Amino acid sequence: MSLDYENDGAFHAKLIEEVLSQYPDKAAKRRKKHLSVAKSGDEAGEEGEVVSECDVKSNIKSIPGVMTIRGCAYAGSKGVVWGPIKDMVHISHGPVGCGQYSWSQRRNYYVGTTGIDTFGTMQFTSDFQEKDIVFGGDKKLEQIIDEIEGLFPLNNGMSVQSECPIGLIGDDTEAVSRNKAKEHGKTIVPVRCEGFRGVSQSLGHHIANDAIRDWVFEKKNVEFEAGPYDVNVIGDYNIGGDAWASRILLEEIGLRVVGNWSGDATLAEIERAPKAKLNLIHCYRSMNYICRHMEEKYGVAWMEYNFFGPSQIEASLRKIAKHFGPEIEEKTEKVIGKYRPLIDAVIAKYRPRLEGNTVMLYVGGLRPRHVITAYEDLGMVIVGTGYEFAHNDDYQRTGHYVRNGTLIYDDVTGYELEKFIEGVRPNLVGSGIKEKYPVQKMGIPFRQMHSWDYSGPYHGYDGFAIFARDVDLAINNPVWGLYDAPWKKSPRRGRAMAAE
Amino acid sequence: MPQSAEKILDHAPLFREPEYRQMLAEKKLNFECPHPDQIVTDQREFTKTWEYREKNLAREALVVNPAKACQPLGAVFAAAGFERTMSFVHGSQGCVAYYRSHLSRHFKEPASAVSSSMTEDAAVFGGLKNMVDGLANTYQLYDPKMIAVSTTCMAEVIGDDLHSFIENAKDENSVPRDFDVPFAHTPAFVGSHVDGYDGMVKGILEHFWKGQERREAAGTINIIPGFDGFCVGNNRELKRLLDLMSVSYTFIQDASDQFDTPSDGEYRMYDGGTKIEDVKKALNAEATLSLQYYNTRKTLEYCEQSGQETASFHYPLGVQATDEFLMKVSALSGKEIPETIRLERGRLVDAMADSQSWLHGKKYAIYGDPDFVYAMARFVMETGGEPTHCLATNGASAWEAEMKELLASSPFGKDAQVWAGKDLWAMRSLLFTEPVDLLIGNSYGKYLERDTGTPLIRLMFPIFDRHHHHRFALMGYQGGLRVLTTILDKIFDKLDRETSETGVTDYSYDLTR
Repeated sequence: MSLDYENDGAFHAKLIEEVLSQYPDKAAKRRKKHLSVAKSGDEAGEEGEVVSECDVKSNIKSIPGVMTIRGCAYAGSKGVVWGPIKDMVHISHGPVGCGQYSWSQRRNYYVGTTGIDTFGTMQFTSDFQEKDIVFGGDKKLEQIIDEIEGLFPLNNGMSVQSECPIGLIGDDTEAVSRNKAKEHGKTIVPVRCEGFRGVSQSLGHHIANDAIRDWVFEKKNVEFEAGPYDVNVIGDYNIGGDAWASRILLEEIGLRVVGNWSGDATLAEIERAPKAKLNLIHCYRSMNYICRHMEEKYGVAWMEYNFFGPSQIEASLRKIAKHFGPEIEEKTEKVIGKYRPLIDAVIAKYRPRLEGNTVMLYVGGLRPRHVITAYEDLGMVIVGTGYEFAHNDDYQRTGHYVRNGTLIYDDVTGYELEKFIEGVRPNLVGSGIKEKYPVQKMGIPFRQMHSWDYSGPYHGYDGFAIFARDVDLAINNPVWGLYDAPWKKSPRRGRAMAAE
Repeated sequence: MPQSAEKILDHAPLFREPEYRQMLAEKKLNFECPHPDQIVTDQREFTKTWEYREKNLAREALVVNPAKACQPLGAVFAAAGFERTMSFVHGSQGCVAYYRSHLSRHFKEPASAVSSSMTEDAAVFGGLKNMVDGLANTYQLYDPKMIAVSTTCMAEVIGDDLHSFIENAKDENSVPRDFDVPFAHTPAFVGSHVDGYDGMVKGILEHFWKGQERREAAGTINIIPGFDGFCVGNNRELKRLLDLMSVSYTFIQDASDQFDTPSDGEYRMYDGGTKIEDVKKALNAEATLSLQYYNTRKTLEYCEQSGQETASFHYPLGVQATDEFLMKVSALSGKEIPETIRLERGRLVDAMADSQSWLHGKKYAIYGDPDFVYAMARFVMETGGEPTHCLATNGASAWEAEMKELLASSPFGKDAQVWAGKDLWAMRSLLFTEPVDLLIGNSYGKYLERDTGTPLIRLMFPIFDRHHHHRFALMGYQGGLRVLTTILDKIFDKLDRETSETGVTDYSYDLTR
């Protein structure tokens, strides 16, 4: 289902110009490269073709003092890649804050007895003190690993997630990890994800991927009977149960999901991954590295897919099935057919309530493109989108999704986002917790697109129904009509400039 | 197929459906390589024992589920309590994303702060350039009246000097020479968020007071509230009391409006806060009162050095703590405590008397920031309750000594234990081995509630999973009523749950309690 629309590129270009005029010259020059309006590509419309071009610079340093929304490498490693591996203890190594603020906030669902055989919603920290900075923290780390072994003996491994000071004071977490791993007969993985490394969460993902390659793969003799339909799901963090709502479909079409990276994962699922036949990658940005490695080293093919919204789910299921041949393809068509009545009913219920509503997105490294079609399946229109930490290849892929004239913003600043939203006044903004309340104060409905606003799952057919419900309840809640006191005669809020 | 358009199931019910339960059971069996159930059960039971508790409490290096945050969070909160002030945190940028998220999740409000976005090159060469460019950008984009600079641990480890950096930035015209840029070094590896609060408030006072001549204005007082997730409710309630007394006062640091802006179509990046002019004038006050001693130790010292009388409290909550606060204010200001306040006091006492039978002898575990734990333990004892476990991860020996003195002052404190520096995994062992009726803390306590079955009452920052509690006061007599009602609701709800089984326990399902 593809909606045919174009956005008001000239208006968006003017907004960009206005925003840039407020910066000091040096900053304006740098920010200019991150903002653009999507232009028509060669052949718009055909599947797989580039619909438009999003020509922005990305994955470069944020400007100081502008209120970037980005996080750090630690957030990318501990928060995203490693944190969800449930049967390992992840030590936030350094001062107390990083682990505290990220504690239980990503909603990677898992099943297990927390504190006994799983450790996902816990905060293990070395709580660095001044003396640890002065004298080094290696001895303390050794003791911490021993104490974890004593108190949490059913852990199946540990990771040491380095915070900023570790790399600055010259600690050797690799040596400590190596020695302690030998002593306890456990996997212990040092991850050099100090927050000052790189320019965003993104390098943390890469470092975390590399740590799996260097400290997990080929370290144990993995006994596993591989089958012909074995796949890994890579880059699904099971936020609100996303990976479960995806797994159920993959199993229904006849595949065997032997590892899920890394939502609800155990270390065993990571270790056996190279034995699978195909890596299915959802969050390309955070885990493409390890897929490329598995392809080179073990010959495991990889394929991107998108389980947001029925159009993409159908296309993805068919693409995946094609890889496995007629038997799976046949089952896939049955599965698509089985869910079609549900999807038809969901769309019949919600599309009339949402048709034509405009949406602005600002998320991390995948969703700013991946969720677009899900909104369009509901008849909604994407007027602007941008990433915190995308690279050039993400913006290339974004071209497949966005329409001509769409406002594109990379590493947007608080100021820009506020001005863009004020100018465009979309019917819905999808972004993060830091953006939620400013947007709602303006009277614009909002959904958190990192945590699913405490709802979810949004992946798969079951997830799409929830997504549709949530978008509807956000936009059509009566509270937005109560903002103006009836006795106060003030001009209605409207677009800063006439648009569309 | 469990999902339908008529009744859409989200995560909580969806994954209880048979299809998903079976899928997850098979995932576990075939792919997770779990420990055998018996071993898991044995270990779980073992964690409930005294033997495990001893091992757990003997930990020297590992910290699990601490109840504290790091200094710069306190500094960012502090800066939010001053007029049009933007927090500028010098160091890695991810930290600032975390502080903003953390504050927003508690207050359900915007939380603004900027970072100097230092990366690897700045780690080598220092972050001066980041400061120079960053201040210029912040000044121009966000139109602040003041920029309050604090530090992440990265900047502290490499030793960046804020004072000279800010001077340099002014030399390079990042901000006008006379623009206010107070600062505080806030190393995350020293103390906790309460110390970061202290440092930033002191930094701001020093910035405005240093070298100024003090002309004492008799009878005027400054109030410093401390790091308080309930500042919205508390500050407004205290102002109401002080207004009733006609006291001349200044709140130094007041985030009550900043973290409670209305929804009327306008996003206010800045709202309320102590006016810069008032901060300057506050030097002349006769006295400065701190509502939370452990949040303001250095600040109070500085006020004293500036010639002011000082006094401090431990989060004035409950009857006697509020009495003491008001009497101190009265003594300093020379203003009487009016009859209306005495009546309010009487109403709180009346409520406590009405409910005393439900509260007498109840055992509590209390954790949180040092001043809060002190306050709650004191109020609990006023209701005839017993504060069995008092724990502050960021409490040290001075706090422990003060707590012990407090507990010794009442027969209800005789069995109480004080746990300075311990974390919530330690609390888990305490609750299993020496159980209590109620747990008072913040949202992180929900894991303790799940594991030990102890009902959790959320009265302390951060509260992520309940809404709007922070909009109501805990301090003062009115606040006391709120705390009292919250505790009672928890007790009655639990009793109703336990007595609601038809034909089994519901003989005790009383209509009137």
